[in-house]
Amino acid sequence: MAENSLLSIFFTALLIQNVALFYLLGMCPFIALSRSMKTAIGMGAAVIFVVGLTSSANWVMYQLLDMTGALILQYIVFIIVIAACVQLVEMIMERFFPALQASFGIFLPLITVNCIVLFISLKVTTVDGLSYIQALVYSLSAAAGFWLAMLLVAAIYEKLNLIGNVPKGLQGPGIIMIITGIMALSFMGFSGMV
Amino acid sequence: MNLKNIFGKKGAKTIKNGIWREHPISSATLGICSALAISNKVENAIAMSAGVIFVLVLTSVIISSMRKLIPGRVRIIIYMITIAAGVTIVDLVLMAYFPTISEAMGPYVPLIITNCIIMGRAEAFFIQNPPQHSILDALANGLAYAYTLLVIAIFREIFAFGTLLGVKVTPANWVDWVVLAAPAGAFFVIGIFLWITRTVAGIEPPGKG
Repeated sequence: MAENSLLSIFFTALLIQNVALFYLLGMCPFIALSRSMKTAIGMGAAVIFVVGLTSSANWVMYQLLDMTGALILQYIVFIIVIAACVQLVEMIMERFFPALQASFGIFLPLITVNCIVLFISLKVTTVDGLSYIQALVYSLSAAAGFWLAMLLVAAIYEKLNLIGNVPKGLQGPGIIMIITGIMALSFMGFSGMV
Repeated sequence: MNLKNIFGKKGAKTIKNGIWREHPISSATLGICSALAISNKVENAIAMSAGVIFVLVLTSVIISSMRKLIPGRVRIIIYMITIAAGVTIVDLVLMAYFPTISEAMGPYVPLIITNCIIMGRAEAFFIQNPPQHSILDALANGLAYAYTLLVIAIFREIFAFGTLLGVKVTPANWVDWVVLAAPAGAFFVIGIFLWITRTVAGIEPPGKG
């Protein structure tokens, strides 16, 4: 596969350099929400949607800042765009899709401070300098990768809770970290795929 | 609560809470992303901690002294802008004076913006308390973050690379534990760290479900 073909970007972002398991990002919601499959699904969907939106918006912003030579403001602009997008999505959903709002609306405010949203925006502009289409593919597949990792860990955690012999101090975040570690090890098997 | 009467006591309590009892990483599990990502070399951990402490203190001063002027509805955006401005300063300083560290940390420097510790403290403490207490709180939380990061980084650097701050400390026939340098190792180390600290501090496990 060619170095920058869309398919290779897709697999790299989804499996090989998974944002959660390779870059170790988005851990706060990861720990808080991997306790049940249901919340994991809701959060994952919200993340994919917001990441697609914000990284497109930030890609455009980056080109504008680059043209005007105001790149020093990059972080401030990015974070405002993210906060504004989240706010906007929340308002639109409240007005037009109340059912959807009820199911994953509670996760939206959390996403503003989710590091993977900012990371993906930075990654497609400053770090990799991708074209618009590549940036969109990268963002969506990276967010889907986050969803995948969260779902896998949530599934294992639910099963583990049924058995219920985890040591006391390790319950909650501790055991989630260990499960995620094992998951990260197995995802290392994907390296060299592209 | 009358802050003037218990000024000294309150100050002491703020510090103790931040450093141990309500430790940001082990108790609230905040700020884990950077603790995981940057903790395989001690020098990166130091740079990261310094950056976080600087931004925390800056945010605490600005937010707590403006706390009566900030309208409740836009406070989150104001935290964000303050933090992002602080992080821009950190990034530029690192780039100018410590180019190798800046290179190694890459995109993790701007990610200080979304470090939940800073947002969390701004929302929970800075917005309600005067600057002198907020600075104490910022320092205590920053130090708690820093020593955690250092403990994890020292452990990982010694076992994964056989070095400490770049100096070889292990015997010549030492076999590096490669897995600790990889992302997976970070999860294991922090999982065990949480296990130990939560057992020692007696933090109750979260409710099921």
